[in-house]
Amino acid sequence: MIEGIATLTLLGLTLGLFLALAAHYLRVEADPIVEDITAMLPGSNCGQCGFAGCGQAAEAMATGDAGLDICPPGGKSLIENLSERLGVDWDFANTTTTAPMIAYVQEATCIGCTRCFKACPTDAIVGAPKQMHSVINSACNGCRLCIEVCPTECLQMVDVKTTLENWRWYKPQPISQQALAA
Amino acid sequence: MARLRIRGGVHPDERKLTSDITITRVPSPKRLYLPLKQHIGAPSVPDKVIGEIIHKGQVIARSQGNVSAHIHAPCSGYVEDIIDWAAAHPSGLPTRTMVLVNDGKELRDDVSVPVNPLFLRPEIIAERVGQAGIVGLGGATFPAAVKLTLGQSRNTPILIINGCECEPYLTCDDRLMQERTEDVVDGVRLLAQALYGPETIIAIEKNKPEAIRRMEEACKGFGNIRIMPVPTRYPMGSEKQLIEYVTGRQVPAGKLSADIGIMLHNVATAYAVNRAVRHGKPLTTRIVTVAGKVVKRPGNYEVPIGMLISELLDYCGLEEKPERILMGGPMMGQALPHADIPVTKGCNGILALSADEVKNSTEHPCIRCASCVDACPMGLSPLTMSSLLKKDKLDQAVAIGLKDCILCGSCSFACPSAIPLVHYFNYGKGEILNRAQQQQKDDEIKRLILDRQKRMARLEKEKEEMMAKRMEAIAKRKAAEKAAAEENKEKEVA
Repeated sequence: MIEGIATLTLLGLTLGLFLALAAHYLRVEADPIVEDITAMLPGSNCGQCGFAGCGQAAEAMATGDAGLDICPPGGKSLIENLSERLGVDWDFANTTTTAPMIAYVQEATCIGCTRCFKACPTDAIVGAPKQMHSVINSACNGCRLCIEVCPTECLQMVDVKTTLENWRWYKPQPISQQALAA
Repeated sequence: MARLRIRGGVHPDERKLTSDITITRVPSPKRLYLPLKQHIGAPSVPDKVIGEIIHKGQVIARSQGNVSAHIHAPCSGYVEDIIDWAAAHPSGLPTRTMVLVNDGKELRDDVSVPVNPLFLRPEIIAERVGQAGIVGLGGATFPAAVKLTLGQSRNTPILIINGCECEPYLTCDDRLMQERTEDVVDGVRLLAQALYGPETIIAIEKNKPEAIRRMEEACKGFGNIRIMPVPTRYPMGSEKQLIEYVTGRQVPAGKLSADIGIMLHNVATAYAVNRAVRHGKPLTTRIVTVAGKVVKRPGNYEVPIGMLISELLDYCGLEEKPERILMGGPMMGQALPHADIPVTKGCNGILALSADEVKNSTEHPCIRCASCVDACPMGLSPLTMSSLLKKDKLDQAVAIGLKDCILCGSCSFACPSAIPLVHYFNYGKGEILNRAQQQQKDDEIKRLILDRQKRMARLEKEKEEMMAKRMEAIAKRKAAEKAAAEENKEKEVA
């Protein structure tokens, strides 16, 4: 019995020592691409991509497990930056990103509970206890973190309003097949 | 050295049918709609409150910031409201607009005018031009005073006055030069005076022989002003093309004409400068060509700024409902969604086109004939840029010169397959702007997130420190109490 205990202990110690040495000498440096992608992502850890945070999403993107269009707050410009950094030719034809949205407080139902502005990662919601809250449009990146904490559902995501300043010419529609046949 | 012709360009059917019709003054309507943003730069700030009485020519909205312009009342009456009203823009989206009610009395304040404005110092001329709210009336609507000040701060040896009017249909500058020749030439002299007397060249396309003759006659006495007839070719009136034709020099990509010592002003701007500096009258009217097949009485009209296009078209008469209403010329003008939009400072023409004037041909695939390359006045390759933009390859399109495109529409005009080339470039330029704005927002958001994280960490630390301090205090107090209790006990024992 003593022999058995001695063998297993020795085996365990040797392998443990081997693993400790391997972990020290063969350590893999963090992938610089992941670091770069993390820097590009908004960093609000909103979780809309399905990952726990921006770091995990960056890892998935770097390995190719996730598409470049998983980040709704990043929008089109993020996809362009990512495709340039990763050297991927991204086809926008099947991109699933939606139009940018921002949070909006419905004034009638806001009870001033302050939960939303505690949750906001960009300090885009202003207000005080038992006072109506409001969203600063230019600081909201549409992470939806405030939507979940609102007890009265007075916070909603709305489309960014089209004004003369952000109106742009739409993209010309390509020729239809019918026109080609004619 | 002048060249024989400009690079590229096209020669559309001129249709300048209104060049022999005298300018008619349109009476002010009951209500005028004055948008607060009729120029490039920051919108003006209302200077009158709702209900305030106004006199003709009074400032109703002041300029703000470096690049902006005043807006004046074209009538006497009162300010009825400040509302959101459809802008003179293809989207028809609302913009802040002051509504004036005209009382028809034409009351105006006395103004002091200099005896001889040609003795004024250049800065004073620029200041007076700014006070009159004058902007580039050729369509660019850049505040004229800002441009003059820019020209004064640098060496500007050449002033070009643009009387080309290369867009088909439009004849407002032509009529202005024919009818108000003396005033236009005086305005040109004032502009030259404001720039310390540069060499002045008035460029007029050869399809306006009457205007050229009259202007030559009026300029005879002035040695440093000369008339230069230029060939009729679109886009001759574009800033970069005209400068290259007249002086033989190119404006470098991404630079201003002022950077190479050349200043360009429109003849209509020169006329407005004459009204403002010599007569003390601010910019409250402008000459607009109203044309198109469905207009009963086409011609040139002196229209108060702020009059609705629908009212102007009623005044001129319509034979049927127009198929399309354009603000500006047919090449670069903007199609308006409806006619309840006011005439603004930059509006040089209103075209009410009939169905047979509007060419709605179906798009066909590109046959790579390179007609657009020949037509492009900037020497770009529209077919390559449009196919790149079709695939949203913005970077590559920018690399081959999307930013240099002047959106003149020559390529779309020349294309036998009716590909909406200039529409692609409008889209591409919008995307460039979008991208810059998005980048700015992203950076801002990142800064906000970092700031918040820092603040949260600091608050946490402060909280911990506070807790530690409090615990320490409590511990001290307890120790003191204990010591005191023990002392008491000892005393009791003793």
